[in-house]
Amino acid sequence: MNIKTNISGLAFALAFAASAASAQTLVYCSEGSPEGFDPALYTSGTTFDASSHPIYNQLAQFKVGTTEVVPGLAESWEISADGKEVTFHLRKGVKFHSNAKFTPSRDFNADDVIFSFNRQGNADNPYNKVSGGTWEYYAGMSMPDLLKSIEKVDDYTVIFHLNHPEAPFIADMAMDFASIMSAEYADKMLKAGTPEMLNQAPIGTGPFIFQAYQKDAVIRYLRNDAYWGPKAKVDSLVFAITPDASVRYQKVQAGECHVMAYPNPADVQAMKDDPNTVVMEQEGLNVGYLAYNTKVAPFDNPKVRKALNMAIDKQAIIDVVFQGSGQIAKNPIPPTMWSYNNAVVDDPYDPAAAKEALANEGVKDLKMKIWAMPVQRPYNPNARRMAELMQADFAKVGVEVEVVSYEWGEYLSRSKELDRDGAVLLGWTGDNGDPDNFLAVLLGCDGVGASNRAQWCYKPFDDLLKEAKVLPTQAERTPLYEQAQVIFKQQAPWATIAHSVVFMTMRPEVEGYVVHPLGGHIFDQVGLK
Amino acid sequence: MLKYFGSRLLTFLPTFIGVTLISFAFIRVLPGDPIIVMAGERGLTEARYAELMTQFGFDQPIYVQYWDYFIGVLQGDLGQSFVTKKPVWDEFFSLFPATLELSICAMIFAVLLGLPAGIIAAVNRGKFLDRALMSTALVGYSMPIFWWALLLIIVFSGNLNWTPVSGRIDLIYYFPSASGFILIDSLASGQKGAFLSAVRHLILPTLVLGTIPLAVIARQTRSAMLEVLGEDYIRTARAKGLTPARINGIHALRNALIPVITVIGLSVGTLLAGAILTETIFSWPGIGKWMVDSIFRRDYPVVQGGLLLIAVMVMVVNLTVDVLYGVINPKIRKR
Repeated sequence: MNIKTNISGLAFALAFAASAASAQTLVYCSEGSPEGFDPALYTSGTTFDASSHPIYNQLAQFKVGTTEVVPGLAESWEISADGKEVTFHLRKGVKFHSNAKFTPSRDFNADDVIFSFNRQGNADNPYNKVSGGTWEYYAGMSMPDLLKSIEKVDDYTVIFHLNHPEAPFIADMAMDFASIMSAEYADKMLKAGTPEMLNQAPIGTGPFIFQAYQKDAVIRYLRNDAYWGPKAKVDSLVFAITPDASVRYQKVQAGECHVMAYPNPADVQAMKDDPNTVVMEQEGLNVGYLAYNTKVAPFDNPKVRKALNMAIDKQAIIDVVFQGSGQIAKNPIPPTMWSYNNAVVDDPYDPAAAKEALANEGVKDLKMKIWAMPVQRPYNPNARRMAELMQADFAKVGVEVEVVSYEWGEYLSRSKELDRDGAVLLGWTGDNGDPDNFLAVLLGCDGVGASNRAQWCYKPFDDLLKEAKVLPTQAERTPLYEQAQVIFKQQAPWATIAHSVVFMTMRPEVEGYVVHPLGGHIFDQVGLK
Repeated sequence: MLKYFGSRLLTFLPTFIGVTLISFAFIRVLPGDPIIVMAGERGLTEARYAELMTQFGFDQPIYVQYWDYFIGVLQGDLGQSFVTKKPVWDEFFSLFPATLELSICAMIFAVLLGLPAGIIAAVNRGKFLDRALMSTALVGYSMPIFWWALLLIIVFSGNLNWTPVSGRIDLIYYFPSASGFILIDSLASGQKGAFLSAVRHLILPTLVLGTIPLAVIARQTRSAMLEVLGEDYIRTARAKGLTPARINGIHALRNALIPVITVIGLSVGTLLAGAILTETIFSWPGIGKWMVDSIFRRDYPVVQGGLLLIAVMVMVVNLTVDVLYGVINPKIRKR
């Protein structure tokens, strides 16, 4: 029987138990189990919370609480004039963790960087197929097309050669899939015939050292006292896996957990009133939208789309569907993202004007379908209810709506079809805090027939995105994205509905927690009073 | 007896093949492509889709896929989870002890309370005690598990603070999980208070999971006892002047037990179904939640492997029940 508990040694365990009473342990009630501990193999936030955030570092990192990219394992970087060479200068003296099977003989260096990317991109690398690696994020961020080669100049300098300039590349390097693994540990495990240990008993450079995982129950970490950055404030960190939100809340109230994620929106008010809990909130880095099929009449007419947008009572949707855990979206990117254009004015809710605008465009007795997702997402907690509210709104302007739904896999694949009948409810959660990750993926011409569910290809808009993507600085890119949002609003390929609001609930003794806009739960600077 | 056991064992083989077929087909008849579900809103290119189809073997004809699966099963290889990339066998057996431990506790709780309740109700037929016990059993049977669990948590953990909210043991206890059974491991650890903590964590999930089987056993025991108590040989026993305790406890109960054992055997399926909700609410790391998550994610190897293993276990339990019939009632094994 293979019990999935990785033990660093019984004596160590007993020592932990004996000292637990005096040591500070932060207990986080997490919502689910990680799929594994190698972040490049997976795509879920739950896995990243348990792996890349506590255990690993990346070359660049997101400053907690912002989408700003700051140095990580690379102290600095330079981008060549043509934008096709990015040189990283690596941090010296960074120690990898140890466990019962591995003690590092050297510090972090360029070999680790090359290994971390080669195993994902090079089919001949012995780790490429380990643990059934499909490297979804590496592929999803177009790394196979973008990365030409990685060159080691010396132990502390690496150059990434790109096939074309790519402004979001540095932000990509701060993503979870770009976590840096120990090449020495990988070699040792390969020789021992247990390469899957890279995923099961992770070794990183991060603020916490992985100690043990009991599947679906508990993950334990210890503070990394040799950490290169500011050391963690607690001695140990425990993830108590608690899938039910009501039970998580009970555990916080009972003092069994200090922090919990994803409270039930209906419980938030009670939590705010409860002296034993503190609730923090922030807009999520996501957007929920209704995408018209702009290839099919009458939705190929922007005036018709704008008229329909005016018929939707978004405030009612926020109140009923989000129960307060959302805010009205006017742009296709969330307000926490740089280049968000706050000057854009949203289409007002005005059924009379909508009706008149439809009549002006010669649209009479319009019948349409609205597709409701069969799954819950933060950007749309109840798509069926949202679709029904829109159905009622559209009826007021003389548009008859049929609400349809499909199994999730079917929904995703059918909604991509160019001749799709109906408008689709869907949404997006950002990966790297870069506007290109929203605008180009969801609205660019390359995404038509795929992730661009509006099938909308509008050259002036697309040209702005292409131009912005190769400019080196945020300051140069910002005005282009701001302009793109203005065009988006004029053309209205979507009705932008909402950005979710993320709530974090914790006990009053917790200090230093910051809600991270990219959705991760990060505990290295969290302490207990 | 050996012949009887052999004949029961022979029915095992075709059932096993049937179960491999059903478990293989079940997840595939559901709509939804696992690769598209895995990619989510992000989507993937056609080339990437084709690559993954090949990697997972979905480009093969369906009978080839089944044959590969069947041969794998015979060799003890149930495949690797698409999601965690770990062998299904390892995942199942890392979680199963938790489910088994909870199910055994729930069943012991259900039998220990259900049998006496049924007997008392039958002996006091039509009286207040009978009505009270059977009404309580009906309420227990009808109670939604989810609601019942949350109610117990709010009262016993939230308000009274008698039991922990969820989990298997307090987080301060940490020891190697040698057997996977928390009661055994906590005892073996020698850590002071660990065993007690494990017992306290077991109380509410046991109560919740055992409630429905308890109600079913109580009602079944009552009706079986009533039937037997009306038999001629009971009247004869009474006429002989035997004590009520001997009549009810020995003569009536032994014969009434056959349908009760059938119900207990069938309750194994109910327990596994109930375990899905109980495990989710009490954060109990067992196979119930693991299976449900896998169905949503279209994790084919886990669903088909998990179903097969669960089905084989239910088959083994039913085989044991069949054999127990023979032990209790000699007439059955001679048929």
